[in-house]
Amino acid sequence: MALDISELQTITHDVIVVGAGGAGLRAAIECSRQGLDTGVVCKSLLGKAHTVMAEGGAAAALGNADSRDNWKVHFRDTMRGGKFLNQWRMAELHAKEAPERIRELEEWGAVFDRTADGRINQRNFGGHRFPRLAHVGDRTGLELIRTLQDKGVHSGISVHMECTGLGLMMDGGRVAGMVGYWRETGRFVVFRAKAVIFATGGFGKAWKITSNSWEYTGDGQRMAYDVGAELMDMEFTQFHPTGMVWPPSVAGVLVTEGVRGEGGILRNKDGKRFMFEYIPEKFAAETADTEEEALRWLQGDRDARRPPELLTRDEVARSIYNEVKMGRGSPHGGAFLDISHRPADYVKKKLPSMYHQFKELAEVDITKEPMEVGPTFHYAMGGLAVDHDSQMCPKVPGLFACGEVAAGLHGANRLGGNSLSDLLVFGRRAGMGAKEFIDANPGLPKVDEARVKQLIDQAKEPLMRPDGENPYVLHDDLRESMTRNVGIWRDAEGMSQGIADIAKFRERLKNVKAHGTSQYNPGWSEAIDLHSMFVAAEATARSGLMREESRGAHSREDFQGERKEWIKYNIVCFKGDDGEMVVQKVERQSGPAELEKIANASIEDVEAGRV
Amino acid sequence: MANASTGGHVQGLGATMRKDAWWQGPALTAGILSLWLVYYAFAAAQGKYYSAGPYISPFYIAYEHPASVTDMSPGYAWFGFWPDSWPAFFPPALVMGALPGMFRMTCYYYRKAYYRSFFGMPPGCAVGPVPHDYRGETFLLVFQNLHRYTLYIAIALLPLLYLDAIKGLWYDGRPGIGLGTVLLGANAVLLTGYTLGCHAWRHLVGGKLNCFSCDGASEARHGLWGRVTWLNERHQQFAWSSLIMIAICDIYIRSVSMGVIPDINTWSGVTWIGDFH
Amino acid sequence: MSEPAKRKRTLRAWRGDASGGKFEEYTVEVDQGMVVLDLVHRAQRDAEGAGDMACRWNCKAGKCGSCSMEINGKPKLACMTRLGDYAPDEVIQVQPLKTFPIIRDLTTDVSWNYEQNKKIAPFTPPPRPEGDYRMKQKDVDRIQEFRKCIECFLCQDTCHVLRDHDKKAPATQPAGKPPQGFIGPRFMIRVAQLDMHPLDTVDRIPKLKEEWGSGYCNITKCCTEVCPEHINITDNGIIPMKERVVDRFYDPITMLLSKLGGGSKRTVQK
Repeated sequence: MALDISELQTITHDVIVVGAGGAGLRAAIECSRQGLDTGVVCKSLLGKAHTVMAEGGAAAALGNADSRDNWKVHFRDTMRGGKFLNQWRMAELHAKEAPERIRELEEWGAVFDRTADGRINQRNFGGHRFPRLAHVGDRTGLELIRTLQDKGVHSGISVHMECTGLGLMMDGGRVAGMVGYWRETGRFVVFRAKAVIFATGGFGKAWKITSNSWEYTGDGQRMAYDVGAELMDMEFTQFHPTGMVWPPSVAGVLVTEGVRGEGGILRNKDGKRFMFEYIPEKFAAETADTEEEALRWLQGDRDARRPPELLTRDEVARSIYNEVKMGRGSPHGGAFLDISHRPADYVKKKLPSMYHQFKELAEVDITKEPMEVGPTFHYAMGGLAVDHDSQMCPKVPGLFACGEVAAGLHGANRLGGNSLSDLLVFGRRAGMGAKEFIDANPGLPKVDEARVKQLIDQAKEPLMRPDGENPYVLHDDLRESMTRNVGIWRDAEGMSQGIADIAKFRERLKNVKAHGTSQYNPGWSEAIDLHSMFVAAEATARSGLMREESRGAHSREDFQGERKEWIKYNIVCFKGDDGEMVVQKVERQSGPAELEKIANASIEDVEAGRV
Repeated sequence: MANASTGGHVQGLGATMRKDAWWQGPALTAGILSLWLVYYAFAAAQGKYYSAGPYISPFYIAYEHPASVTDMSPGYAWFGFWPDSWPAFFPPALVMGALPGMFRMTCYYYRKAYYRSFFGMPPGCAVGPVPHDYRGETFLLVFQNLHRYTLYIAIALLPLLYLDAIKGLWYDGRPGIGLGTVLLGANAVLLTGYTLGCHAWRHLVGGKLNCFSCDGASEARHGLWGRVTWLNERHQQFAWSSLIMIAICDIYIRSVSMGVIPDINTWSGVTWIGDFH
Repeated sequence: MSEPAKRKRTLRAWRGDASGGKFEEYTVEVDQGMVVLDLVHRAQRDAEGAGDMACRWNCKAGKCGSCSMEINGKPKLACMTRLGDYAPDEVIQVQPLKTFPIIRDLTTDVSWNYEQNKKIAPFTPPPRPEGDYRMKQKDVDRIQEFRKCIECFLCQDTCHVLRDHDKKAPATQPAGKPPQGFIGPRFMIRVAQLDMHPLDTVDRIPKLKEEWGSGYCNITKCCTEVCPEHINITDNGIIPMKERVVDRFYDPITMLLSKLGGGSKRTVQK
């Protein structure tokens, strides 16, 4: 069937932002503030993006809840949490700029919980030395997205809802726009722009047990990869220690780290508070070693050290996994998380959506009984490699990435709460970067008609086939394989199996049939999204196979423990000339002396301002 | 423009895809309210048997017919006797009932109750309403906006109810208490709970403020607002319990007065109406 | 602990688009603890002819408000409605929201709601003082309740003003006319949230009465009944706003007092 490009709907903006979560909206607001004609393209309705799932808070060293906090302590926490694989400059920018981004959000209408003296309150979280997370009960992400949404629609940005990207167009080495389709009608659309900002989030939907929503299929990673961008740190996929494990239909749904921040205790089936057994040496000096000390900390004793439940996510997730493996798990294969020792009213006030979630989905009253929790795929530390200041993908001029789709800030493991502040800090920076790029490259790039045709034809294939395989079943098989082979503990055999499986799945995808028409057809969307999930999953498995050590969220059964030589490298994946994925070690640059000093200093020295 | 597609939904009064017994709530509301109104009309029209010993029916607050005044009667006519020329077809009890009645009629809770159960606007959630050119409370029903003025009247009447209950603690020249006293006391308390849980009251005492912590006065009003909020959250419960309690008080006193049942009290144990004088 | 034997459940789903449609039945296997959204997904995957059944969803945890539909006649979130709430052999009937134009199957065009939000002037605080804005927790408790809203639009769907009488506020309000429609409960609490904000400087009350149709609400409380976030929309949001309208437009005493006090300190939204 011939396709007449001139009949295609074409929408032109100075910049298009793909994704309307926190990062996308913050980027769009910045573009609009800079005077750019800004369009936001999002896969769902506005305000439904995955950011709403963020519960605990946004980390920023405001120093409201504990005046000893400052950007250096936050920076140090982030680097240590990321096992020193973070990009130094990004971690620095993030720690320095987050407080101002939070205050700005309040100016735009966010209503954070308050301290007694009327400032933004902050809560404790894993890996953060001080109470640092600005929060609204346990629905901080919703607050953030609603605030940005309202700010955005009143700043004159155009929002193109329920539109999915298929691929990028290039013109003379720079990005020229994106081809997409409207879910509602199934019609195709060409977005032309001088710059494109990706804020498309992660790819957890390739795993079976995940806290991620259907949108999280790695579209941004795949579309950028297809035009030459590099994916970095893809082996680091965060398994959040506490997802629901029962009933089966809600397995993976997130249980906020805020539960532990508010004093939640992890126990195994014998009632033992097992986290005391798993305190790693490098955190031992800063972690309580008795229940008595942990209790004093909870009661506000500033000299007491933090309970081990508030170790970083990678540590806690592995510990729970271990307990289950040793046969000490809860009835449905998790651990018990107990907050019922705190007053019921306090729990309902501070963790209202957790209370309802367990009450309504699991018939558990968390003010009286413990929750059953276990690790769930939550976040991708890796993603598109970007310039640290402008967020531009070095290999694809004009393409910017921010938020989860970008790599670098979190290194090998993200601290809870650093994601929401990441969105704000680097969303804004991507907007500024796009403005700078457009100022230097003011022309509107041309449409690549052949590319548009190719993308549309490929997208239509599953609809055009007379018959074929069920896309939902193929997706389930992918998820099964990834959770089994590239899960929380990995080894060479498993990951190789995962890579082999993906190759087979790719073949099967060539025969997938989406029944029905193109109009709002979830089966068709599923078939299209699988392309993206395969790229993200393959990059995770290949990078994981290359990194022969356990670091942060990447835990190898066949290479336990951190290896000194591996701290020198990040791993990148890109599309080779033959279309196959290439994996490479890239040597890291050492950080600026000042930053290295802060990151390696003792906590006492940082607090005392000696570094 | 006619939309060919209904999404499987249905139109018209009472039309719904709900499978539960949604009509039970509104039917119960309509039934109890109707019964209550019928009884009230009867009690008001009767014009006598409204008092017994130290008790007076809450339907007849501040009312006393000169002919019924005796040495022993406690004197309920706080504002003097009703004029002799008052037309018989409009019993004073209806007048005294209309004042708190207006409060209930414009009450935000009762509006929900009767819009649903009597007027079908709508009869239930996701249930088809009476088809009409709906204008809400922008047109004929705009008077509902003056609910707060009926609140002022209802608040003014509250002391009378307490006075009547307190009167029930004294009879025959000595203190005491009877079942009627307890009922009248409970009635006064429930009516207070209902009246002070009013949405308009909640607004006036503090809800209208945007800042609760800006000065001492707003701090105090926040405290008051919090207590009114507690009552307001139970407005429906107070609305029903106080309504039913008024009727129970009247039924009790009327029954004692008519000699159907005796009062039980500390003055003389079991007391039939004839023994009160 | 033995898992119960696999059971079957019948989903009766409305299939069609703006030109018409009908109910189709799909019987699929179900597991313990499943919600209605799981049943829809199961049908999409396993049932003949259901693979293209349109249905919005995102978080599957009651936090995003995407999977709004009418389940056995009641507006609900499919992800928070457990199959266990129904009798074991009861057919689960799902339909698109009645109040909004149908796109396809279980999806409707809710863009009217986004248009209403644009009409409401955004939060406008005074310039940030040296240091930080200060607000006490007691000042924000009320508005935080409204900010729990996940914009599932179930309240808009069940509001009979919009649902049955189709009095949706039009794009423009003719001058001098009474309000032509209602913005619905979701935006009543949006306005309430802004109006009760201690720092806000915009006066939206005249707009609320004259254009956004607060008088259309007859407080029959169905919005509150269906709210999956358990926001007390009517008692805490709509009625307080109605009382604020009374202060300004109906109560002679407060109107006089306001006049003597120099009127609202806020700038009226044009």
